[in-house]
Amino acid sequence: MQNENLIPVALYCKHYKVEVSFIQTLQQYGFIHTVSDEAEEFIDADDLHTIEKLMRMHYELDINIQGIEAINFLLERVQNMQHEINYLKSKLNIYENE
Amino acid sequence: MAFVDYYKTLGIEKSATEEEIKKAYRKLARKFHPDLNPNDKEANKKFQQINEANEVLSDPEKRKKYDAYGENWQHAEQFEQAKQQRSQSSQNWQDYTYSGAQDEGDFSDFFESLFGRSSGRSGRSSQTKFRGNDYNASLQLSLRDVYATQKQTLTINNKQVRITIPAGVANGQVIKLKSYGSPGVNGGPNGDLFITFMIEDDTHFKRVNNDLYTTAEIDLYTAILGGDYVLETLSGKIKLKVNAETQSGSVVRLKGKGFPIYKQEGSFGDLFVTWQIKMPTNLTEKQKELFRELSKL
Repeated sequence: MQNENLIPVALYCKHYKVEVSFIQTLQQYGFIHTVSDEAEEFIDADDLHTIEKLMRMHYELDINIQGIEAINFLLERVQNMQHEINYLKSKLNIYENE
Repeated sequence: MAFVDYYKTLGIEKSATEEEIKKAYRKLARKFHPDLNPNDKEANKKFQQINEANEVLSDPEKRKKYDAYGENWQHAEQFEQAKQQRSQSSQNWQDYTYSGAQDEGDFSDFFESLFGRSSGRSGRSSQTKFRGNDYNASLQLSLRDVYATQKQTLTINNKQVRITIPAGVANGQVIKLKSYGSPGVNGGPNGDLFITFMIEDDTHFKRVNNDLYTTAEIDLYTAILGGDYVLETLSGKIKLKVNAETQSGSVVRLKGKGFPIYKQEGSFGDLFVTWQIKMPTNLTEKQKELFRELSKL
């Protein structure tokens, strides 16, 4: 498959010394998307940042996939709340200096 | 440069076993890891301290040196040199070689004075190629600065980085500059640079997403009889028609005169103008008389 944005899963795993099953688990849990052709499975270069972050959580912090899923969910909620706070702050700002 | 008590940083005793060090590090790392505390500078700083403590205490060689010279770290080099001179004849002394070439900023001066600049092990294995660390920076801009796309040159770790700031960037928004982070380890790719934009408030315009809000003062007569008003916007002056019998606090919406929409060239939010009526003061007798007459009508 000729696409410079796609990295073979096997190559990635060899490079980073992680098990292929780890990438497959990330895909099953919906953290990343993989693309397959007849012979190989690929990851998108845009997902590299996410994979590295999840790798750090799993291997460095010893958090299992279920824990990572819960953390991700909570981080997303924190981020949404942060956006909402920013929005409300800017809205409040209109009235504050009147 | 102050002495850093790595044992205290990890909350362990000096006699802690490797397993206890690992356990303490993991516990604190889970609490302060940047991945779990995005945009939290304090947590980031704390994590670096924990990381540094772990770097030393989890490596038997480094821990030995730290335990031997830690309190007297200022004299560590002299001790080393004296020791080296004594053992030169036997040629068995193991040199500590510090390349100092890496552009790392993750360790304290204390750590670097004791172990050199690039003796930190990054990642899970020193043989593995690892992506460099990501850098985080914040950039303070005025509302007017981000009204139009502009280029700025930033100095990140002594390197000049020229970036394009797209119009409409939001307060707190983060952009990623690929490969502008710290260099990779063992030939791995560079990390990324994340820039958080801090947009200052403007005295005349308030921004809510892509819309702008402002107030305009008109005199009583224009408010009652109607007229024209020249409004100064971020893109220049525009002439507004004030309707007769305009109420104070009423709002006019000017479509497409708000803030540029991020990465949508030529698209703008709306501008909301709140009319504020300025009541006349120091009225002449004649004016007062006319108002009295009006009130009777």
